[in-house]
Amino acid sequence: MNRTIRKLEVAAAAIMLSAVSVSSAIAGPTMDRIKSRGAIVCGVSQGIAGFSIPDSAGKWSGIDVDLCRALAAAIFDDPNKVQFSPLSAKDRFTALQSGAVDLLSRNTSWTMQREASLGMNFAVVNFYDGNSFMTKKSLNVKSAKDLSGASICVTSGTTMELNVADYFRANGMAFEPVVFVTIDETAKAYETGRCDALIADSSANYSRRAQLQKPDDHIVLPELISKEPLGPAVRQGDDQWLNIVKWTHFAMVNAEELGVTKANVVEMRSSTNPEIRRLLGAEGNLGEGLGLTKDWADKILRHVGNYGEVYDQNVGKDSPLKIERVANALWKKGGLQYAPPIR
Amino acid sequence: MHRVAPREGRNAPRTALINDPKVRRFLLQALLTALLAFAAYSAVQNAATNLANQRIASGFGFLDQVAGFGISQTLIPWAETMTYGRAYVVGLLNTLFVSAVSIILATILGFAVGIGRLAPNFVISQLARWYVEVVRNLPLLFQILFWYLAVLSAMPSPRSALSILGTVFVSQRGVTLPQPVIQPGAAVVGIAALALIAAGAFAVRWSKARRDQTGTGLSKKASIALSIGALLILGACYVFAGEPVQLEPAKQGRFNLAGGVTMMPEFAAFVIALTVYSAANIGEIVRAGIQGVGKGQTEAGRSLGLKPGTILRLITIPQAMRIIVPMLTSMYLNIVKNSSLGVSIGYPDLVSVGGTILNNTGQGIEVIGMWMVTYLTISIITSLFMNWYNARIALVAR
Repeated sequence: MNRTIRKLEVAAAAIMLSAVSVSSAIAGPTMDRIKSRGAIVCGVSQGIAGFSIPDSAGKWSGIDVDLCRALAAAIFDDPNKVQFSPLSAKDRFTALQSGAVDLLSRNTSWTMQREASLGMNFAVVNFYDGNSFMTKKSLNVKSAKDLSGASICVTSGTTMELNVADYFRANGMAFEPVVFVTIDETAKAYETGRCDALIADSSANYSRRAQLQKPDDHIVLPELISKEPLGPAVRQGDDQWLNIVKWTHFAMVNAEELGVTKANVVEMRSSTNPEIRRLLGAEGNLGEGLGLTKDWADKILRHVGNYGEVYDQNVGKDSPLKIERVANALWKKGGLQYAPPIR
Repeated sequence: MHRVAPREGRNAPRTALINDPKVRRFLLQALLTALLAFAAYSAVQNAATNLANQRIASGFGFLDQVAGFGISQTLIPWAETMTYGRAYVVGLLNTLFVSAVSIILATILGFAVGIGRLAPNFVISQLARWYVEVVRNLPLLFQILFWYLAVLSAMPSPRSALSILGTVFVSQRGVTLPQPVIQPGAAVVGIAALALIAAGAFAVRWSKARRDQTGTGLSKKASIALSIGALLILGACYVFAGEPVQLEPAKQGRFNLAGGVTMMPEFAAFVIALTVYSAANIGEIVRAGIQGVGKGQTEAGRSLGLKPGTILRLITIPQAMRIIVPMLTSMYLNIVKNSSLGVSIGYPDLVSVGGTILNNTGQGIEVIGMWMVTYLTISIITSLFMNWYNARIALVAR
C-alpha cells in the first residue's frame, strides 16, 4: 500500500513539475544549457525588415538577428549556431519567462513595468526608437496633432496600445483603436483602409512602408510620441548570461569607435593601440572572466562585424530602409550609442 | 428479530474494520480525493514559488489598476482611466453580444436551410444542400478572414460613405445609424408603448382562450384593425408629448463620421461568418431531426386534410425538437467558444481585451485562469438553459 502511494505521489509530482516546467528551466545557468544544446535559442519577431526577418530561403537577417549571431560567434566561434524562434508581440514574454528562449532579441522596448513585474532584465539598448504614425498622403495629414477622430490600427501586446491612448488623451483628441494580434494583420487592415493611420515604432513604420505596394502613397509622420529604447532582454537571476549579452553589444560599439571592422580585424590584432589590443584579447584576459574565451570579441568582429557595420547593412545606408543614425550614432558623433571601456 | 440479534454484543462477526468492503471503498475514495487535492495544492504552491523566484508579480491586485488603453466597441461606458477589471467586463460583454446575435441569426437561418433541404422544390433543396456542403467543409477562421476582407474591400472609404437619405451611412468604418436623442417627455411615450404592448398580449390570450372554447377568436381583419389603432394611439401620444425622441444623424468628420451609433465592420463580418458557418451545421441538425420523426406522422396529418405548412408547424417540428435540442445545445456552445476567434480580425472580445491586459500587466496565469472560468461559466449557463428547455419540451408520458 505504502509503495503504491509513494509511486502515485511521484507520478503526481512529475505531472506537476511538467505543468510548471519553469522551475527546472530557472535553476541551471543559461550558459550551461546553451553549451550542452550546442546553440543559442533566440526569440525574434515574426518578420520586421531590418530587425529580424527571414528571406525566401529561411535565412534570418536584421540588427536583432546579428546580435544573436554575435553571441553565437563569441560562444561557439560560429555565428550560425543560433535557433531563431519567431514570437508574436503577445507571446514573447511568456517564451522568455518559461525558458523557451535564452534571450529576447526582438525590438522590445525597455520599460520599468517589464523589469518590475515580468521577471526580466534588459541588457542594453541596441536601437533608440519611438512610436510614430504612418498615414496615407492623400489624407493630407502633416502632424500627429491632425489625427483627431481618426481610426488607428494597433498591434496588441505592445507599448503602442498605451502610448496611442496616452497621446490622444494628453492632446484632448478622440480616436478609435482597432487592435490586431500580429503586425501583418495590423498592416493589412491599414492597407485596405480600415484605419486612417497605423502606429508602430518609427523604424518598423519605415520598414513596413518599404513593403507596401505603393510606398510613395504613405508617409511616416515626423513626431515620435514616445521613447522606445529597443534592446535584448534576458531572465532575471542569471548575471553571467546578462553580462555576456551586455558585453557582446559593447564590444561591437567599442569596435566601431576604435575603427575595427570585419574586414580589418585580422590586421588589427597587431595594432599598437592598447585599447584595440585589449578588445581583441592580445593583452589581458577579460573574456575568460565572463565565461568566454580570450579572443571573444575577435570572433564577434570576424564573423559579424562592428555596430556601425551591422546598422548600415540592416537598417542604415546600405539597406532599403535608409534610417539615419541620429540617436543611434556613436556618442562622439552626437548620438547615444556609448559603451563602457574594455579594461 | 432472531437474525438481527447476533450482530450486537459479543456474538458480532469478527471482521476487522479494514476488511469491511464498505469501509474499504470509502477509505479508497477518500484517499484518492485527498491525493487529488494535494496535487492541486502542490501545483498552485509550486507555481507561486516559481513566480516569486522569477520575480514575476502575481495575484489579482492588477484588476484595480488603471488600464490606460482604448477599446473600439464598448456596450458600457469606457474610458482609458478606468480599471483593468472594467476592461475585462467590456470584453466579456462584447463576447456575449456577438455570441447572442450569432446564435439567434444562425438558428433562424439554420432552420430555413434544414427545412429547405427537405423541400420538394428541386432548386431550393439543391441550393440548401450545396450551401451546407461548401460552408461546413471550410475552416471557420478562413471564413472569418474572408468575410472581413470582403466587407472591408466592398465598402467605400469613410469620406465617400454611402448615404441612405442622409441618415444611415455605410463605409469601411461600419454602418452608422443616427443617434437617438431623448428629451424629457419621452417617458410618456414609453409608458404608452408598454401599456399598448400589454393590451396586445392580453388580446392575443383572450382570443386564444375564446378560440379554444368556442372555435372562433378574433378574425384576421379585426386583429389588423386593432394593431393599426394601437399604432395611431402611440403616434398621437408622441405628437402630444412634443416629439421627445429625435434622431441625430452622424456628420462627416475629417476622418470618420462624427456622432451616430456605429456598428463596427469587425462585428458585422464576424457575425456574418459565425452565422453562416453555424447555420450550415444547424441546418443538418434540423434535417436530421425532421427526418427522425416517423413518416406516419406526416401521412396522418395529410389524411386529416392539413396543409403542408401546418403539418410542419404543428406536427413535425414539435416532435423533431426533441431530437434537435440536445444537438442544438452543443452547437450553441460551439458558437460561444468560436466567438474567441474574433481576435483574429480585431474584434475587441474577451480574448482580445484579455490579451491586452495580459501583456500590459504580465499576469499570464491569472488572466488565462479568468478566461477559463469565464468561458466555462458561459458554457455551463447555456447548457443548463438548454437542458431546462429540453426537459420542458420532452415527451411527457401520461
